[in-house]
Amino acid sequence: MAYLKKSPWLLHYDASSCNGCDIEVLACLTPLYDVERFGIINTGNPKHADVLVITGGINELNRQVVRNIYNQMPEPRVVVAVGICASSGGVFRECYNIAGGVDQVIPVDVYVPGCAARPESIIDGIVQALGILEEKRTKMKEQEAQR
Amino acid sequence: MMSILNALVYLILAPVLGGLVAGIDRKITARMQGRVGPPILQPFYDVAKLFEKEDVTVTPSQNYYILSYLVFMAVTGALFFAGGDMLLVIFAFTLAHVFIVLGAYAAYSPYSYLGAERELIALMAYEPMIILTAVGLYLVTGSFYVSDIAASTVPVILYLPGVFLGFLTVLTIKLRKSPFDISTSHHAHQELVKGLTTEFSGATLGKIEIAHWYETVVMLGIVYLFFGFNPLLAIIVIALVYLLEIFIDNTFSRMKWEMTMKSGWGAAAILGFLNLAVLYYFYLGV
Repeated sequence: MAYLKKSPWLLHYDASSCNGCDIEVLACLTPLYDVERFGIINTGNPKHADVLVITGGINELNRQVVRNIYNQMPEPRVVVAVGICASSGGVFRECYNIAGGVDQVIPVDVYVPGCAARPESIIDGIVQALGILEEKRTKMKEQEAQR
Repeated sequence: MMSILNALVYLILAPVLGGLVAGIDRKITARMQGRVGPPILQPFYDVAKLFEKEDVTVTPSQNYYILSYLVFMAVTGALFFAGGDMLLVIFAFTLAHVFIVLGAYAAYSPYSYLGAERELIALMAYEPMIILTAVGLYLVTGSFYVSDIAASTVPVILYLPGVFLGFLTVLTIKLRKSPFDISTSHHAHQELVKGLTTEFSGATLGKIEIAHWYETVVMLGIVYLFFGFNPLLAIIVIALVYLLEIFIDNTFSRMKWEMTMKSGWGAAAILGFLNLAVLYYFYLGV
């Protein structure tokens, strides 16, 4: 009964990225990599999304935005930080307006390294995230059963 | 008795058929774009997943509206396949859409409001042509009952080519295909977020999807009525019509709502009325 794995809808948010990782995320959706064959759809709506893909380090202006988007996503949900900036802040780590990686604001499940992250490693990261998504669903079911 | 059986078969089989059509649609779309595309059963996976998700509700009433949407869409199809009155079918069909618009209005969100307004515009755009279709079918076969129209041996399409073309135009609006997907923005997710369905998630969104499958089957059923004299031909035409819709979906960008109105009413005024006028003058008028 694990349909969650077969149809992950992802939401892509650019948190002050240089656009390098963004175009690689979008490259995954092009005919060359075609992630739709795994049932992955790029939605623009947090309420429909299962996977939150964030590129770029979090700055002080979008801290609230990221938290807001994350809170709007229904459980089970996973967060994938794509690129070195999203993972740790990268070269912008010391900047006065950068909060650091995405994990400074919301819990991150998978880190995808690279500058810019290659489409192959992004797909790999999402596939890993699907395993975690499935675990979270089982946990959610158990909690519901206990109640 | 037979009609009740037909309605029951419809209620059970239509979601399966509608889901398969949606799956084939996505596969063919992918092939047209040079991609592999998702498996044909993908729409079923999507809906099954939506029922697994947490239920996030903005206002409790929105869920009742969406349930009513699903129920009335099923009733529309049941009436249609039971051979009921075409006018009643259209009435139930409109009522179902009023419910989804109310559902979108119930959830307080600007995107949802915009989607609801655009859905009302779409409703306004396609309704005249759908009523003209029923009128045209009545003029040729002499009955508003779907069972009589489907059993009629008159080659309806020869009398109503204009009405049929007009119906194809509004079918594009109805199936939420590309030039006219103004209320749900099927492919452009960033413009309206997701229009009507912005505030719906989980099981509620799944219900909207199932209702859309029911709707697809009813709309293709109306295409059947034009070719009722030859069932085999009718099925071939339905397949061709759907292929044409996919082709249009892939070749056009989304247009403004004015274009939807112009297309819907233009089709009704030019193709529909002209066809009916000619028919009335030469065929019925002595």
